[in-house]
Amino acid sequence: MKLNYDIVVVGAGHAGNEAAAAAANLKKKVLLITMDMAKIGQMSCNPAMGGVAKGQIIREIDAIGGYSGIVSDRSAIQFRMLNISKGPAMWSPRTQNDRMRFAEEWRGMLEQTHGVDFWQDMVKGIIVEKGRIAGVITSMGIEIRCEAVVLTNGTFLNGIIHIGEKQFGGGRLGEPRAEGITEQLISLGFRSGRMKTGTPPRIDGRSLDYSEMTEQPGDIIPGKFSYTDTQPLQKQRSCWITYTNEAVHTMLQEGFEKSPMFTGRIQGLGPRYCPSIEDKVTRFADKDRHQLFVEPEGWNTIEIYVNGFSTSLPEDVQQKALRLIPGFRHAKMFRPGYAIEYDYFPPDQLKHTLESKEIANLFLAGQINGTTGYEEAACQGLIAGMNAALNLDEKAPFVLSRSEAYIGVLIDDLITKGTEEPYRMFTSRAEYRTLLRQDNADERLTHRSHTIGLASDERLQRVIEKQTGKEDILRYLEKNSVSPDEINPFLEQSGSSPIQQKVKIHSIAGRPHVDLLGLFHHLPEINEKSGQLGSIREEVLQQVEIQLKYAGYLQKEKELADKLGRLDHVPLPLNFDYGKVTNLSIEARQKLSSIRPESLGQASRISGVNPSDIAVLMVYLGR
Amino acid sequence: MINSNDTICALSTPPGVGGIAVIRISGNDAFSIAQKVFSRPFSQTESHRTLYGWILEEQEKIDEVLLTPFKSPGSFTGEDTVEIACHGSAFIQQRLLEILVAKGCRIATPGEYTLRAFLNGKMDLSQAEAVGDLIASESAAAHRQALHQMRGGFSKEINVLRNKLIHFASLIELELDFAEEDVEFANRSQLRLLVEEIEQVVNHLRDSFHLGNAIRNGVPVAITGAPNMGKSTLLNALLNDERAIVSDIAGTTRDSIEDYITIEGVRFRFIDTAGIRDTEDTIEKMGIERSFAKAREADIVLLLFDAVETSRDELLDTIARLKKETINDQKLILIANKMDKGAFNMDDFQERVKDTGEVIAISAKEKTDLDKLKSRLIQSVHHRRINSGETIVTNARHHAALCLAGRSLHEILNGMDAGVTGDFLAVDIRKTLYHLSEITGQINADDLLNSIFSKFCIGK
Repeated sequence: MKLNYDIVVVGAGHAGNEAAAAAANLKKKVLLITMDMAKIGQMSCNPAMGGVAKGQIIREIDAIGGYSGIVSDRSAIQFRMLNISKGPAMWSPRTQNDRMRFAEEWRGMLEQTHGVDFWQDMVKGIIVEKGRIAGVITSMGIEIRCEAVVLTNGTFLNGIIHIGEKQFGGGRLGEPRAEGITEQLISLGFRSGRMKTGTPPRIDGRSLDYSEMTEQPGDIIPGKFSYTDTQPLQKQRSCWITYTNEAVHTMLQEGFEKSPMFTGRIQGLGPRYCPSIEDKVTRFADKDRHQLFVEPEGWNTIEIYVNGFSTSLPEDVQQKALRLIPGFRHAKMFRPGYAIEYDYFPPDQLKHTLESKEIANLFLAGQINGTTGYEEAACQGLIAGMNAALNLDEKAPFVLSRSEAYIGVLIDDLITKGTEEPYRMFTSRAEYRTLLRQDNADERLTHRSHTIGLASDERLQRVIEKQTGKEDILRYLEKNSVSPDEINPFLEQSGSSPIQQKVKIHSIAGRPHVDLLGLFHHLPEINEKSGQLGSIREEVLQQVEIQLKYAGYLQKEKELADKLGRLDHVPLPLNFDYGKVTNLSIEARQKLSSIRPESLGQASRISGVNPSDIAVLMVYLGR
Repeated sequence: MINSNDTICALSTPPGVGGIAVIRISGNDAFSIAQKVFSRPFSQTESHRTLYGWILEEQEKIDEVLLTPFKSPGSFTGEDTVEIACHGSAFIQQRLLEILVAKGCRIATPGEYTLRAFLNGKMDLSQAEAVGDLIASESAAAHRQALHQMRGGFSKEINVLRNKLIHFASLIELELDFAEEDVEFANRSQLRLLVEEIEQVVNHLRDSFHLGNAIRNGVPVAITGAPNMGKSTLLNALLNDERAIVSDIAGTTRDSIEDYITIEGVRFRFIDTAGIRDTEDTIEKMGIERSFAKAREADIVLLLFDAVETSRDELLDTIARLKKETINDQKLILIANKMDKGAFNMDDFQERVKDTGEVIAISAKEKTDLDKLKSRLIQSVHHRRINSGETIVTNARHHAALCLAGRSLHEILNGMDAGVTGDFLAVDIRKTLYHLSEITGQINADDLLNSIFSKFCIGK
């Protein structure tokens, strides 16, 4: 049997699916290989998408034309806009999802994407000819020829699952691990490392007493991820909040001697910010309780996910400790939590396109690059898939800058600094957070994606309408005035000081306590004008409001971005001989030679490369 | 692209004629090139040892010199360096440089020695800038200040601030990124205290720029008074030369004349001003206007009056006039001149200056009690705490960065007053950090380096 494709994507999780869809939508013949067709788009950990910084990423993926936003919207059982009490840069959409519907939607969308074929098998090696990728070989011994490969192996490479003192090979509980690829890549000159992550136990919802927990319902007016016409939720399911206590902690501690974390059986480094419950109890010994979110796994299932209780302690200890939690007295476990160790490849071996520096047209995306999280994986898959397709067409790469998108921050961080613990996105990783908001991802990215042929005409049309609508309204507010008689009653009612004489409307609209929709109700002309915007009215008004209220801050941030971004436009040749520049510190010489940054800006962000080293490089580049 | 592999030479002492001049050669071939023109072999000589000998050109003796080799990395630039102290005539200097160029040296571009020192890791950015100041410094205080900065004192202070602020920023970030989780929020009133503390230090440093400037350029002292009170005579007495035009015709000094005098290591810039009086002469009027302007700019204002002839009313009138020109008490020093006159009567004098504050009585002509004046000048400088321990900002770029940092800090406070959310507070916090980084060179701005290195004169 002989198979021929443009691009082969290995793995059908969040990264692989986005990669396959993007490459196919860029007119490539794509083969998506997965070990189990029934597990396409599986949520391995919590049944939720988005959250702080992650929600922004999903919006960005959607604005570029990826599928994660649409899949999440269609399978959501609850929507919440997090951080709503903070500024607009912090507003972060999050959905609770039906785990099974989520996978179903992914499979359905891929099946309907022209150019995506499927193959169920395990890839055990890649074929490299003259430093370029030429295909893959599967465990069935089938050779598949192709021009580019995107590896998205997740936690499957030499995965080891730990529960207490038990340990066994696997990629997820109940699924075999993948072997062969790590060893081959090492022989081809790659470096690899081990990482660890974990997941909490799943519980029978019928055994819980919710009256002892606090209900956390969805938003009254639920939003959504996608800029397309996906439907917001009509009904929602609630989550519940409960807490651990001293008794739970004591019980957990009894199992510590059998914990793979504390006995040293797990060598991989786990994420500090998503610690296991045993980690929390040890590291924050002074805290007498830890918050837990009790999350339903779907519309119709009774299965419950205990967010915050990730653990690899023996299953009997898990069970006993769980039952000491309020509302969990009779809790029945469906399956215990576990830790998993897996291989990753330090991502400083990649370019901004996620292509490996070592082998042309070999792309790596997702957890094998040392990240954690569905959103982080999905956006890498999207970028890898796009650039694999662009490479084959010999077109310019699609690279996002740090001031353009969280995706740009994520990839630049990964390839510049590498990572030793699972990398999760935070808003604080972005220098220009107030520019990278969830409300403007489409304005930031859809134009660019449309230019290379990924974002559809409809998407672009919608962005243009939104922008025009915003500018129209802003212009109107700047040109037209309002008299005290017209508006003072409204101002008083809003707790804002009345005006003494006619003023331009925008000076009122920008006031902190003034709600734009409320204001417009008192101004028939602009109310009618904004009414004509139809379905995008709310979004446009939000843009106007943000523009009016935060213009000063946004301007400042933009100026700083432009100023600091200049060095990113100074290219450094990939073959630059840093060893020759004796004026550089030894550490800088080593780091620069190993990472081979693509620009002076990237070089400046490498740890161990000091400003004086950058000054030296500038002098050498004749700047 | 600057080629730092070649060997450079330049005059290290100020251009012009002097007793001796020093020419410096730096680079890989510094020793071999110097050897080609020097009468004695020095390859075996220890670093930093001075040798006596002749500069030769084709066996012809050009000049009798002292030569000192500095082996890499123990030199200013970190490269092999040779310093040649030759005779100071312009001809010899020129000739020597020509010979060195003929043997393979290149004339250094402005600031190139400092650039090389910087490239070789001998100093950081703010230190490099301090070198420029050190070269330009002409008094002990300025020298101390430049040395302090060169040794990293200023960068250290800024770094402490940065670290405090980074801590502040991380508290805010924590609250933003982990709001959903069970974290404690950053205490706003504690944050406010911290910002206020940092703001105070930044503003203090910012304000020290004026002082720093004074140290570098001399503390400006304006000599004022009615015409013919002996202002020019005093200046001459202090300067010991005949710089200002002195005559008995009142109003001779129509323009401001400046000169420098160093007292106990502090450099003063004396500004002689036109006499203050009511006049119809347009040109003189303009001169008087300028006098007030100079007095306003000055850090110290000397008001001279006649110990015998100036009446109490006249004196009070002039003081009032100066005060009207926003010249405050603190910088005003009253000086009664001409106490050498025969008609001087102590009791009468005391009566006239009653309650006008401290008065120093001198005779500029006889140079009597000038020391009293000098120590009063030093005292008023010390009063403003110009001493070696304190960090004083002398660099215009640093000053600009501190001003911007101060402004951003103020914006943080404004934001907190307005109840702005953490994400926007963070914008100003990050901006402040950026400006502080500009000072320590922890930021990469290409134009920064250009402006720094082009400011240095040839030969360091």
